[in-house]
Amino acid sequence: MSEHTYTPQSKFGKWFNDRLPLLSLASHLTDYPTPKNLNYWWTFGGILTFCLLSQMITGLVLAMHYVAHADMAFSSIEHIMRDVNYGWLIRYIHSNGASMFFLAVYIHIFRSLFYGSYKSPREIIWILGMLIYLLMMATAFMGYVLPWGQMSFWGATVITNLFSAIPLVGESITTWLWGGYAVDNPTLTRFFSLHYFFPFLILGLVILHIWALHVPGNNNPIGIDVEKPSKDTVPFHPYITIKDLFALLIFLIIFSGFIFFAPNILGHSDNYIEANPLVTPKHIVPEWYLLPFYAILRSVPDKLGGVVLLFGSIFILMALPWLDSSKVRSSIFRPLNRIFFWILIVNVLALGYVGAMPAEGLYLLIARVGTAYYFAHFLIILPVLSRIEKTQPLPLSITDPVLTGK
Amino acid sequence: MEKSGKKSDRRDFLFTATYTVGAVGIGATIWPFIDQMNPDNSVKALATTEVDISQIQPGKSITVLWRGKPVFIKRRTETEISEAQSVNLEELKHPEKDADRVKKPEWLVMMGICSHLGCVPLSDKGEYKGWFCPCHGSHYDTSGRIRKGPAPTNMEIPKYVFVDENTIKIG
Repeated sequence: MSEHTYTPQSKFGKWFNDRLPLLSLASHLTDYPTPKNLNYWWTFGGILTFCLLSQMITGLVLAMHYVAHADMAFSSIEHIMRDVNYGWLIRYIHSNGASMFFLAVYIHIFRSLFYGSYKSPREIIWILGMLIYLLMMATAFMGYVLPWGQMSFWGATVITNLFSAIPLVGESITTWLWGGYAVDNPTLTRFFSLHYFFPFLILGLVILHIWALHVPGNNNPIGIDVEKPSKDTVPFHPYITIKDLFALLIFLIIFSGFIFFAPNILGHSDNYIEANPLVTPKHIVPEWYLLPFYAILRSVPDKLGGVVLLFGSIFILMALPWLDSSKVRSSIFRPLNRIFFWILIVNVLALGYVGAMPAEGLYLLIARVGTAYYFAHFLIILPVLSRIEKTQPLPLSITDPVLTGK
Repeated sequence: MEKSGKKSDRRDFLFTATYTVGAVGIGATIWPFIDQMNPDNSVKALATTEVDISQIQPGKSITVLWRGKPVFIKRRTETEISEAQSVNLEELKHPEKDADRVKKPEWLVMMGICSHLGCVPLSDKGEYKGWFCPCHGSHYDTSGRIRKGPAPTNMEIPKYVFVDENTIKIG
């Protein structure tokens, strides 16, 4: 946090603040200078904070009624849906909330990709964000297992079996993860425990993420540094708080649309069949937000290779600040990167689509081309592009384009 | 002057209207999160209990569970009934006639919960041959009325009906 000279007005306030500078923190958060040209793509940080808190509060309530036992989990979910007052509402907020959380995080990540928010001096913010994303995926996966439906059970089986691909120790690791020789009650109870705990880790990382953000300050759509704070920035409150709130309300309207009108559209109907260790569903798919990675996994005709590429596709993102060496942050001034950014988006969406389809014929071919392109984008295209690209001239300041009418 | 006054009125109205709608919305959102802790439908479904009393001998009592709490059903003897009926009401901490506490004098149906702090009293114990609460020493008579000790009121009588000679429905 930057140097702060805030002194409370009241005597008690001063006494308290000298001992625990909460008031200084509040003042810093209120006055925090924010680039005045931020667009609505910058409102997703606030939306994501809301999503995390909403998941934690609804999850706290669900844990009051849910029973983490292989024999009772499935019927306790039905108990929540039918008996508990407003249980249906709270469960639908939680299950659709996971999807909305991922929707928001993907927009947030692609915002960073387009505007170069991962570049110096914001690499740590980016890496913390990627760690949050990894934990989110782990938490969502374990949460999906808890209803103990067919998709829960077989999703858990498939994902935990990924670890069996590790040479030599793979089998032991899987047995250790399961607490047995197959996914069963011990797996369910530990997943419940960890599903409850991980959000607190996420919350901790979110605090670090915001702390790291407040050192250099926000990036902005034109990606140049703030020259004169008095000219180029506005205080966070009320300007950004009200804008974030407005964006959050729009987001909540869409969120409510899912909760009240299509609460099961993003889920899979097989998960309303109780887990059966003897029968695998005809067609196993993960939740939509994991589909691109699922496509990458299935595109490789080798067990270990598929797992390596799956994890590689996420870890490669952490190296992004060093793979892209362009000094210009915003893609507004990077004509080549702008094109490849959109190709990457189409590629990821295509991978998501084929991830939901059976792994055969044309779908498999698309998955393979898409996987190859995904890695080529980060390992070949970006490093080369960032060196040869002729970027467009940057404005002199954040205010400059407004004043000169460009 | 007049014009600017009008403008600020309209803005005030918009602010108040926004805050009001916001407050209603937040309240409506919070309510489900509070109400989910109230008894749910599966709990409410257990609101009545039917008990077969044909096997109870005079002087004996049984304890049944209703809504998770014990209910005493006691078949009183002639002596116990006359004791309960002959008490001078002015001696009582919580004056109630025995006739008001039973539907048939032979049968006393009563919540088995001490009115002090919710323990279950022991039957046929205490100075008044009714119930005695081991937690803090409250003595109840054969009508379940508080006679001595810290409990403030008599033991509560639940809603019940005699479905037939041998069956009581509590709740």
